[in-house]
Amino acid sequence: MNDADSIVELIPRLRRYARALAGDRIAADDLVQDTLERAWSKFHLYRRGTDLRAWLFTVMHNVHVNQLRAARPAAQLDEDMPELAQAARETDGLVLRDLDLAIRRLPPDQREVLLLVALEDMSYDEAAGTLGIPIGTVMSRLARAREKLRAMLQGLPPGGSKQLKIVK
Amino acid sequence: MDNDNATREDAELKALQQALHQLYDPVLGEPVPERVSAPARARRARWRGTAIAAGWVALGLAVGVIAGWQLHVWRAVAPPQAEVPGFVKRAAVAHAVYSPEVRHPVEVGADQEQHLVAWLSKRLGTPLRAPHLEDVGYSLVGGRLLPGDNGPVAHFMYQCKQGTRVTLYVRANAPGSQETAFRYAAEGNVKVFYWIDRRLGYALSSADIGSDDLHKVANAVYRQLNP
Repeated sequence: MNDADSIVELIPRLRRYARALAGDRIAADDLVQDTLERAWSKFHLYRRGTDLRAWLFTVMHNVHVNQLRAARPAAQLDEDMPELAQAARETDGLVLRDLDLAIRRLPPDQREVLLLVALEDMSYDEAAGTLGIPIGTVMSRLARAREKLRAMLQGLPPGGSKQLKIVK
Repeated sequence: MDNDNATREDAELKALQQALHQLYDPVLGEPVPERVSAPARARRARWRGTAIAAGWVALGLAVGVIAGWQLHVWRAVAPPQAEVPGFVKRAAVAHAVYSPEVRHPVEVGADQEQHLVAWLSKRLGTPLRAPHLEDVGYSLVGGRLLPGDNGPVAHFMYQCKQGTRVTLYVRANAPGSQETAFRYAAEGNVKVFYWIDRRLGYALSSADIGSDDLHKVANAVYRQLNP
């Protein structure tokens, strides 16, 4: 299989990550399209034999950061998003939709780390390499992201989470 | 106490992983929009023929299925999904029934592959092929004939070196004879990629490998059947 084949095969993976990262379908496909264009033009920088997926994710990360920078006003609006719908909370179970919303409410840098580790199954090391940050930063961002998710999904203040006893 | 906390953290992370996959894995099965795939395909066409084929297998970690304490909470409502054809459900059940089988996983073993394929082709009334998946780490165990919604169905089983199995369910005269791109479905803990191609319905199932690895195997199957 040549590199073009490998990239084509990875497109669904890029789309999945982009969907989780960018939220809606159109923004996500814009992100994938821009990522692929950039990847083709920068392909001479890819070191053969290294993980192509991690490289493409790095390209996507850079494109995403640039997009966020260009759209800062919109990103700020995010911070003021209303609380999660109460209706969903009335039911016994929190729905997946809530998780989707909660993920979008995470700060972008924490969301990226969470998705690379929990959705893309990257090790802390791989995530650090992909994002170009120290491994300690990966771990602290991940911890903060999980803490926030927990709080948002349970409607509880961070740190004060209700604990169920695990019976062994 | 620390141990309890670690266990709880682990279970919570697993539950989160599974919820994320439930939420976003359907994207893997969506058709890729033209504007995204077109430039890549153009390039691929240019490169084909000159490039040397080289297998590319990335490592992926399978997401274990565990009943974390939060799992029931997040699983309460599944995301809306497109209607899954009946044969996909049957394929998932067949996978769940036969893949754990130790002594009789198949009716006809891979040592009689020619016979197996000829037999199943005859019963389904259409020429079949058992794809060779060594490039992605799977070898044929064998196959069997199964009853489908309206006639016989072929069921091929593959296994990797670690003993993990995937099964390929093939039915003839697929409904509406509508060709589809890869679609993804999860039936219980069985993940399925399915597609319809030239009136044959294919469903590739696994309970033990992650959807990303399964997607890779599905790609390999598709390439073999459409060289």
